[in-house]
Amino acid sequence: MPKFPLAHYIDVLLDFLTSHCAWITRGISNVVSAGMDSAIDGLLALPSWVLIAIVAGAAYKLVGRRMAFGTVLGLLFLDNLHLWVPTIETLVLVLIATAVAVAIGIPLGIVAAVYDGANRVIMPLLDFMQTMPAFVYLIPAIPFFGLGPVAAIFSTVIFAMPPAIRLTSLGIRQVPADLVEAADAYGCDRQQKLLKLQIPLALPTIMAGVNQTIMLALSMVVISAMIGAGGLGGEVWKAIQRLQPGKGFEAGIGIVILAMILDRFTNKVGHNKTEN
Amino acid sequence: MDTGLAIKPKMQVRNLYKVFGASPKEALELLQQGAGKDEILEKTGQSVGLADINFDIYDGEILVIMGLSGSGKSTLVRCLNRLIEPTNGSITIDDCDITRLNITDLRALRRKKFGMVFQHFALFPHRTVQENVAFGLEVQGVTADERTQKAREVLKQVGLEGWENSYPDQLSGGMQQRVGLARGLAVNPDMLLMDEAFSALDPLIRRDMQHELVALQDRFKKTIVFITHDLDEALEIGDRIILMKDGRIVQIGTPEEILTQPADDYVSRFVENVDMTKVLTASSVMVRAQTVAYPRDGLRTMLRKMRDVGISSIFVVNRDQSLRGLVLAQACNDALKSGQQSVDDVLITAIPTTSPDEPVTNLIGLMAEANLPMPVVGNDGKLLGVIVRGSLLAGIAEGGCDAGSIANISREGMER
Repeated sequence: MPKFPLAHYIDVLLDFLTSHCAWITRGISNVVSAGMDSAIDGLLALPSWVLIAIVAGAAYKLVGRRMAFGTVLGLLFLDNLHLWVPTIETLVLVLIATAVAVAIGIPLGIVAAVYDGANRVIMPLLDFMQTMPAFVYLIPAIPFFGLGPVAAIFSTVIFAMPPAIRLTSLGIRQVPADLVEAADAYGCDRQQKLLKLQIPLALPTIMAGVNQTIMLALSMVVISAMIGAGGLGGEVWKAIQRLQPGKGFEAGIGIVILAMILDRFTNKVGHNKTEN
Repeated sequence: MDTGLAIKPKMQVRNLYKVFGASPKEALELLQQGAGKDEILEKTGQSVGLADINFDIYDGEILVIMGLSGSGKSTLVRCLNRLIEPTNGSITIDDCDITRLNITDLRALRRKKFGMVFQHFALFPHRTVQENVAFGLEVQGVTADERTQKAREVLKQVGLEGWENSYPDQLSGGMQQRVGLARGLAVNPDMLLMDEAFSALDPLIRRDMQHELVALQDRFKKTIVFITHDLDEALEIGDRIILMKDGRIVQIGTPEEILTQPADDYVSRFVENVDMTKVLTASSVMVRAQTVAYPRDGLRTMLRKMRDVGISSIFVVNRDQSLRGLVLAQACNDALKSGQQSVDDVLITAIPTTSPDEPVTNLIGLMAEANLPMPVVGNDGKLLGVIVRGSLLAGIAEGGCDAGSIANISREGMER
């Protein structure tokens, strides 16, 4: 029995898309990388201590004293290790990828929650997206966006979006049926029901989704160093290639610190909303 | 309150059926042939929610729909505003058939005509008390200022002034349901649907809420459809009661009719444990005055009338049966001996009377002190009957059944 030429078909499809859509994707690539560069440049234009002070201030305001203290300590440590520039690069990558993933994911999650039909299509797709090894996304990203951070953002968005969709949908579906019934009884239309009831009540769950998206984005940004994403992941990648375990750990710890700061922030934002 | 036949009903429910399941058609046919719930479930796999429901709701009444769980009462109330889609039949409110509306018109109707109060309150946890109350108005698109004003007004009426900015989870159960009630009243609906609204409350708070609901209804004359599984509650607040079993209506009537003339064994078993004194009224324990005197009767005639039936006092009524007073046999006798002839000299006009709606509980105290029979007088001043101690006790003891038939003498007076 001859082998089913799946790989061939996928290549053909991707070739077709590349040759016909490349002008769009390259255009996007140019815009995004320009935006990214200026964001990175802007953040790096500030002395590191100013940025640390700002982040610590926000941490104090939103979360608390201990969080602010930890933030200062962690970021100073990164600065001391001469990892400040890659940290900022990674941060910008993560935030852009998260913003895109959330901007697409939350509306899709709402659609999946409201329409059962959409849900039946979207959920298996999400399973596919989440179980496909993350490296595989890197390969088609290159022909579309070229080597570099934009290709990294593209594969990161695909990899990190599923929890935003899933948890948005879950949060909305979990709004107690009697509350939805009450909204119906008072004559709410679908939009009113979403805006006045379902989304506000689903917000903690949606924020948990955003939190997970950020974490996934962070891990993917590191992996995508393989296609030239740079940042802390790039440092790790370099260390692997040169067999420098010490340097590798330094960059790795940098990623952990960044992850913890981002996690505490988003966690807190989600919880603040529920306490009311 | 008069809900006599001449008045046009606010809402008419006709041939209403609800079958839960994918293919209700077959079940519907079987139902219309009179098949039972279990039989249909076995034959078609469809579950019957409601069958052959017909009733009217009148403006300004509290209609209680009562039944045990699974009797279809909650399904029925949700059919009224189509939160549950009826399988067959029509529901007409103010000449508008709700079952034929498209979804947009239905939403408009829900906003305008219905308020709803839920068993587990269903308050929105992310909104303050005031925002909860204003919810219906917000959905209608009322301006923020007007909403705030109206919400505060209604909150005051339900006794929650000062709690406007609290969140529902900071309130006790009873207070939460007051918020639920306020949310229903705020939209000034034609009809308030209350689904087991007090069932989740403590008994004492529940009793308070029942009283308050009746008081509110008295003030605002809202039409209320109240669902409950509790007979005492139904009797306490209902102007009329619909008793349901297995998705069908077993009996419709006033609390008294349900108690004194149960439609079948099911109803009588249902009502047998009720404390009759709370629901019986003067009209169901009064008896026909054996004889009455008229002003033109002389003292001698009056005395003879009393002697004939063996009583020691007689009520004097005008030709139109309106009560003038009471004459005692003793006084009559004394007057005759002293040569007086005028009835007015012996007529006692300052006598306690009672209305036919007076609960028997209130009468027991009065009757314990008085030696004279108590006249029952209608709103128009007419003598409808009398209550003597014996009739009172008999009425209570016999569960109201016999008293009910005795009371037939004045049916037209107590028909509500």
